[in-house]
Amino acid sequence: MNSDKLTKTILFTASLLVLIISAGIGFSLLEGSMPAFKEFGLKFIITNEWNPREGSEVYGALPFIAGTLITSILALIICLPLAFSTSLFIAEYFRNTRVSNILSSMVDLLAGIPSIIYGLWGFYTLRPFIISLGLSDQGFGIFTSSLILAIMIIPFATSLSTEIISMVPDELKEAAYSLGATRLEVIFYVIVPNARSGIIASYILALGRALGETMAVTMLIGNSNVIPTGLFSTGNTMASIIANQFGEASGLKLSALIAIGLLLFVITGIINSIGKFIIRKFS
Amino acid sequence: MTVSCNSGGKKDSTSNKGLSITAAGATFPMPFYNLAFKKYGELSGVSLTYGGIGSGGGIRSLTDKVVDFGATDAYLSDKDNSAMPSEIVHIPTCMGAVVVAYNLPGIENLKMTPELLENIFLGTITKWNDPGIKAVNTDIKLPDMDITVVYRSDGSGTTFIFSDYMSKISKLWEEKVGTGKSLNWPVGIGAKGNPGVAGTISQSTGSIGYIGSEYAFAQKIQYAILMNSSGKFINPNTKTVSSAAKGEVPADTRIMLTNSSDPDAYPISGFTWIILYKEQAYNGRSFAQAEAMVNFLRWLVSTDAQAIAESVNYAPLPSEVSSLAKKILHTVTFDGKKILK
Repeated sequence: MNSDKLTKTILFTASLLVLIISAGIGFSLLEGSMPAFKEFGLKFIITNEWNPREGSEVYGALPFIAGTLITSILALIICLPLAFSTSLFIAEYFRNTRVSNILSSMVDLLAGIPSIIYGLWGFYTLRPFIISLGLSDQGFGIFTSSLILAIMIIPFATSLSTEIISMVPDELKEAAYSLGATRLEVIFYVIVPNARSGIIASYILALGRALGETMAVTMLIGNSNVIPTGLFSTGNTMASIIANQFGEASGLKLSALIAIGLLLFVITGIINSIGKFIIRKFS
Repeated sequence: MTVSCNSGGKKDSTSNKGLSITAAGATFPMPFYNLAFKKYGELSGVSLTYGGIGSGGGIRSLTDKVVDFGATDAYLSDKDNSAMPSEIVHIPTCMGAVVVAYNLPGIENLKMTPELLENIFLGTITKWNDPGIKAVNTDIKLPDMDITVVYRSDGSGTTFIFSDYMSKISKLWEEKVGTGKSLNWPVGIGAKGNPGVAGTISQSTGSIGYIGSEYAFAQKIQYAILMNSSGKFINPNTKTVSSAAKGEVPADTRIMLTNSSDPDAYPISGFTWIILYKEQAYNGRSFAQAEAMVNFLRWLVSTDAQAIAESVNYAPLPSEVSSLAKKILHTVTFDGKKILK
């Protein structure tokens, strides 16, 4: 066998393996969630009672779907201006300077911190701070979780945006400057339009991370199985309920938890497709 | 027959070399099991391992026959029992309790009655200076502060014992919430594991929640004094917890000891069990393996091992229960023949 053929075979096998693994995960989630969907049907997604009491078990995943979407989207909104400014700072204003090098390593460092550490910091530092501001009595809830999620996803959005912004050709920027454009005008009329799809992609990636985040949120959201009624009310997320209750679950409850896993899989898939669609439309 | 190699109970450590016993289940008795397993390993030469994967996992592992025995905080119901591949026996190994922990700076020895617990955990009493709480704690100045209930967000034997007690003392609780390892809580916030609940309570002024006694004692957490079924206010400790098992314990030991009728008993107490198959000749197990395991379990309920339990804040089994456990171990067979002589 010649080396070209060998490479082709290796690449083909590796790609096939990825496909098989994704399909396998999808299949086992589907199989495991069948009992729950058979029992509750569409009600599983649109009702909000989660009662594991033996004999009168009812499982509705709406509180968790709502909790996941609300915290993730709120986190994205908080993260947007911060990540965008930071990436402009690193890639444009202070490009290749010592300050931007330090800042960009700090951002990368943030990405490497395990989520349990964020959770602990949120629990012992951020939460008391929110209580002392008088925003909430015990500091648990949607707002605190979203804030910690935002901090966690900033590095993801920032590093990719930085990369994309620094890839905008210098000739274009120089041309704009030579026509008398100010720095701000260069950013909004040259850099952003050129880097638009990449910047959006970086936020989609960040949102994906926020959707699946578990530990830090579990420690801060209050874990009450209700649909959040306000910014400071407690709630729960899909990843968090699975992590919390999987260990002692059996029968219908186990199936309901797997079904939530399937829904999370589907929601992540949908958001990624929307992201891809946006990228295609804007580039 | 191979039985001839059994030299009557006491074995020297060389004959046990190479035998390994695996068990998995409840996390509640883990500190005790870790110590006891290690100690017995040194004494006998058998290598023992325990995986704290939760009671549900322990039952599943025994059903799948991937462990020598399982461990659970809640006994198997008749229905669950009959769902096992073959007959199993329950061996109680030690006792624990659930304490009601709270965070009110400067307030010690808070007293709680069943009615107060019912109302606080159902959310009908929401302030610490509620007249009901004041009436029981006349000597304490209670603050005008909201009560925050903290519960376990993960499925847990601790929740099971607590809710079993609540269902016994409150009709309303039984109707609205019920008994289980995880519940549909009417009020409060959830935290993961005993450390999570303890951490949340210690960080939140005005909070109240329930914690496994082994953890609360080890961490010196402040807890309430509870009124038991005889109307006495009881501080949880290894003595008052053991007292809960002084009453009638059925021959198979499957009983929830909460709200015990003993006047000295702490009301939220319970056993934790090890479960194993009554007939040990399955899956090609050797007689030596089965014998080593039963010998270990007999040692585990003996006074030597129970002292270890007490050293890590569990309540030891009362002697009547310990002999009951030994009696059950004597019914365990290999190929139809009793393993213990």
